[in-house]
Amino acid sequence: MTSNKKWLSVPYIFWSALFIVVPLGMILYYGLTDRTGAFTLDNIIAITTAGHAKALRLSLLLSLISTIICFLLAYPLAMILSQVQMKRHNFIILIFILPMWMNFLLRTLAWQTLLEKNGVINHLLTFLHLPAIKIINTPAAIILGMVYNFLPFMILPLYNALAKIDPNVINAAHDLGADHLHTFTRIILPLSIPGIISGVTMVFIPALTTFVISSLLGGGKLLLIGDVIDQEFTRTSNWHLGSGLSMVLMIFILVNMVLSAIFDKEGEGSML
Amino acid sequence: MKMNQRFRLNSIFVLLALLTVISLTGCTSSVKGVNGQVIVYNWGEYIDPETIRMFEEESGIKVIYDEFETNESMYPKVESGAVAYDIACPSDYMISRMIENGMLSEIDYEKIPNAKKNIGAEYYDQAKGFDPENKYAIPYCWGTVGILYNQTMVDEPITRWEQLWDEKYADNILMQDSVRDAFMVSEMLNGFSMNTLDPAELEIAKESLIRQKPLVQAYVVDQVRDKMIGGESAIGVIYSGEAIYTQQENPDLVYVIPEEGTNVWIDCWVILKNAPNKENAEKFIDFMCRPDIALINFEYITYSTPNVAARDLIEDESVKNSEIAFPDLSQYDNLETYVYLGEDGDSLYNELWKEVKSY
Repeated sequence: MTSNKKWLSVPYIFWSALFIVVPLGMILYYGLTDRTGAFTLDNIIAITTAGHAKALRLSLLLSLISTIICFLLAYPLAMILSQVQMKRHNFIILIFILPMWMNFLLRTLAWQTLLEKNGVINHLLTFLHLPAIKIINTPAAIILGMVYNFLPFMILPLYNALAKIDPNVINAAHDLGADHLHTFTRIILPLSIPGIISGVTMVFIPALTTFVISSLLGGGKLLLIGDVIDQEFTRTSNWHLGSGLSMVLMIFILVNMVLSAIFDKEGEGSML
Repeated sequence: MKMNQRFRLNSIFVLLALLTVISLTGCTSSVKGVNGQVIVYNWGEYIDPETIRMFEEESGIKVIYDEFETNESMYPKVESGAVAYDIACPSDYMISRMIENGMLSEIDYEKIPNAKKNIGAEYYDQAKGFDPENKYAIPYCWGTVGILYNQTMVDEPITRWEQLWDEKYADNILMQDSVRDAFMVSEMLNGFSMNTLDPAELEIAKESLIRQKPLVQAYVVDQVRDKMIGGESAIGVIYSGEAIYTQQENPDLVYVIPEEGTNVWIDCWVILKNAPNKENAEKFIDFMCRPDIALINFEYITYSTPNVAARDLIEDESVKNSEIAFPDLSQYDNLETYVYLGEDGDSLYNELWKEVKSY
């Protein structure tokens, strides 16, 4: 039966060959050659120059912070969601997915308008005689943008993993004398690791590679590695260097994927 | 088994049907006008779409219109030949790079009578800086880079680039997020040429930009317009063409050409070498050089037009004699046009700019 349905995968194979394998091949080609077409590793070694290394460090730092904040926000929520009744939790999940129906760029632009010096938030604060906030064009604004945009990608895998835990397991733990803290650290947390890994991957990778958020909310004053690559393609027309740096980023993504493959054997977090 | 066979047959039909649909839509999208087509590659928001429609109606030529954001993103696309464009509209220094690399085709002015008739001779003279014999480029828009400031947010008139380094305007300065324009400001400040390749001078220019960075609110491109209109910043570096629009929206804004000097740029129509529809390209450019059409475009994009005949048609005297749209350049010292710096020069500038941005 399964072998008879193999042809179903033809469109996907065609699709992934055309839009995943071919572009990847092109990036490899550009990344490993110079303008004359000769083989070189310079584009990859370029990550060690002061500017690039600093951009990479900053990207890693900001995406790490964002991932941690996302996790801390999402875990309690996912626990609540996994415990409420069927009807209500669908509605709550909908509320969290709803903003994702709107374009990512628009949502980020909206934050710009909200956070600006003369923005909506500051107007409200001054109206209430509170001191104005000044976080636009700072790292804080970029982290806010990352957390806001990627939070749903953390909630859903966590919720998936937590919802799958059999309530009887938890009841058994209680029966055997475990208090709430112990149940959490010994039972719930270990059982939700696949969800945690998926969630972390799905937040960390887009946060690491983003360039829209940093240029819109960071005012172009903080250069992330995504910005560097973006500029190599759109401004300085050096596709070779841009591809080489993309390959360096891919290493981080691969490490992340290997980690999640090890922990997430059952594909629990792959709902999205 | 039988079920399966039928299923398979059905699916083949479905696939075939899909393929036909795909190939059909492929055909319809390339349907040509009665008199063929022309493929145009222009800056974003740089033409009144109405004039394209008028051209299509009058000539029976279908216009395939594509937009780019920066000269630098336009160049590799044209060079790779992924799309066989007929016409592009690059800026001065990029035109000299394209001439140098043999990417442009010579203009036959006989076929484009409106170009010589309506475009002012002084603009052709200016274009000689990058196209010495006026063989390749027909001026479309021109302007300066200057300072836009909000009168209500500063206590003295802004007249010099130097004031962009004044600490009292900290967090109230918007700089251009493009390597040539940012370095131009710093080079003018230090009294260098905006086309310098002297490493020592460039190092000083870079240091100045790094010194300025803490005072800068943001490095932006198109957003200068909206941020200045919204009173988000007191001072911004902006193209003269945007200044007219921003003033219409916010009368507190003033545009000045700084005393230290600045960049004068011209964007020109060029016909690409091996353009598949050269004749149609000539017709398109000729149409865009017609005074009535150039006027429609000027009113839409508000960038200065070199089309003298179109300027004469402007009814609003204040616009016609606007110091911003049509400044008398002879009264300013030290105006310069960018020239192409060569591949090494370009990468030197880019490296230094990256150092500023990541500092």
